[in-house]
Amino acid sequence: MIHWNSLAEFLAMGRHGPYVWGSLLVMALLMVAEPMLLLQGRKRLIARLRRQHRAEAAERGQASAGDRSMANGSND
Amino acid sequence: MRNKLINWFRYASPQTFYPLAGRMIPWFWGLAAIFGVAGLFIGFLLAPTDAQQGEGYRIIFLHVPASWMSMFIYLVMAFWAATGLAFNTRLSGMMASALAPTGALFAFLSLWTGALWGKPMWGTWWVWDARLTSELILLFLYIGFIALQAAIDDPRRADKAGAILALVGVVNIPIIYFSVQWWNTLHQGASVSLTRAPSMAAMMLWGMLLCALACWMYSIAVALMRVRVIMLERERHTDWVRALLRGKA
Repeated sequence: MIHWNSLAEFLAMGRHGPYVWGSLLVMALLMVAEPMLLLQGRKRLIARLRRQHRAEAAERGQASAGDRSMANGSND
Repeated sequence: MRNKLINWFRYASPQTFYPLAGRMIPWFWGLAAIFGVAGLFIGFLLAPTDAQQGEGYRIIFLHVPASWMSMFIYLVMAFWAATGLAFNTRLSGMMASALAPTGALFAFLSLWTGALWGKPMWGTWWVWDARLTSELILLFLYIGFIALQAAIDDPRRADKAGAILALVGVVNIPIIYFSVQWWNTLHQGASVSLTRAPSMAAMMLWGMLLCALACWMYSIAVALMRVRVIMLERERHTDWVRALLRGKA
C-alpha cells in the first residue's frame, strides 16, 4: 500500500524534494518551538511571581514589625 | 436554560477556567499527535501522485490546514473580542490575546508553504494577487493586534483597543476566502474537489482532513497553554493565584 518503492524516491519527491521537505521542516520546527517557548515563559513567570509574592510578604512582615516598634516608642 | 447560562458564566471566571484548561491540555495534545501522525502517514506515504503536479502537490497536506487555521483562528479571536466588548468578561480578552500569536504562526506558515509550492508549480515564490496579498494582510492584522495590545499598559484598555482592531479586520476573511472566485489569480480554486478515481480523491481528502484536525487540536492546546500564562500574569494580585503558587512546589 505504501506509495514509494525506495527511500531515495521518497526523499526525492519527484524532484520537488526541497520544496516539500522545506515546507514540512519549517512547519514542524515552528509547531514544536511555540509550545516550548510557552512552557519556558510560564516557568519564568511563575518564578518571578513567587519572588514578588515573597518580597511583598516580607515587606508586610517588616511593616507590621515596624508598627509594633513604633508603638514601643522607637524610630527608624 | 437558566442553569445553563449560569454555568457558562461560571466558567468565564479565570479562577474556575484555569484548572479546567489545565486538565484539558494533555487531551488536546494527544489528539493532535494522533491526527497528525495519521494525516502525515496517509498524505506522505499512502496518497498517490497527482496527475498534474507530480509529488510537489503533497505540500497541500501542510498548506491547506495552515491556511484554514489562519483564517479560522481570526474568526474565533474576533468572536472573543466581540464578546469581551459586549459583556465585559475578563476571560474574553484573555482568550483573544491567547489566540493571536498562534493565528500569526499559521498565517506565516500558509505564506511559507505557499511560496514553496508556488515556485515549482507557477515558477515564482510570490505574486501580488488577491489571494496571496489578502493572506499577507491577515498576517499583518495579527501582528498589528499583538503590537497594539503590547503598547497599552492597562490590560482592560488593551483588550478593548485590540477588540476593535480585530473586529474591523474581520472584513479581510471573506476577501481571502472568495478571492479566487472574485478575481483572476494564479492560485488554484478550492482544492478538495480533485475529480479523479474515488479511492484516490478520498485518500487525499482524508490526509488533508486529518492534518487539518491535527492543526485544530494543536491550536486549542497551545491557546489554552497561553491563556493560562496570561491568567497568572494578569491575576497575579488575586488570592487564587497566590494560593496556587504557594501550593505548587
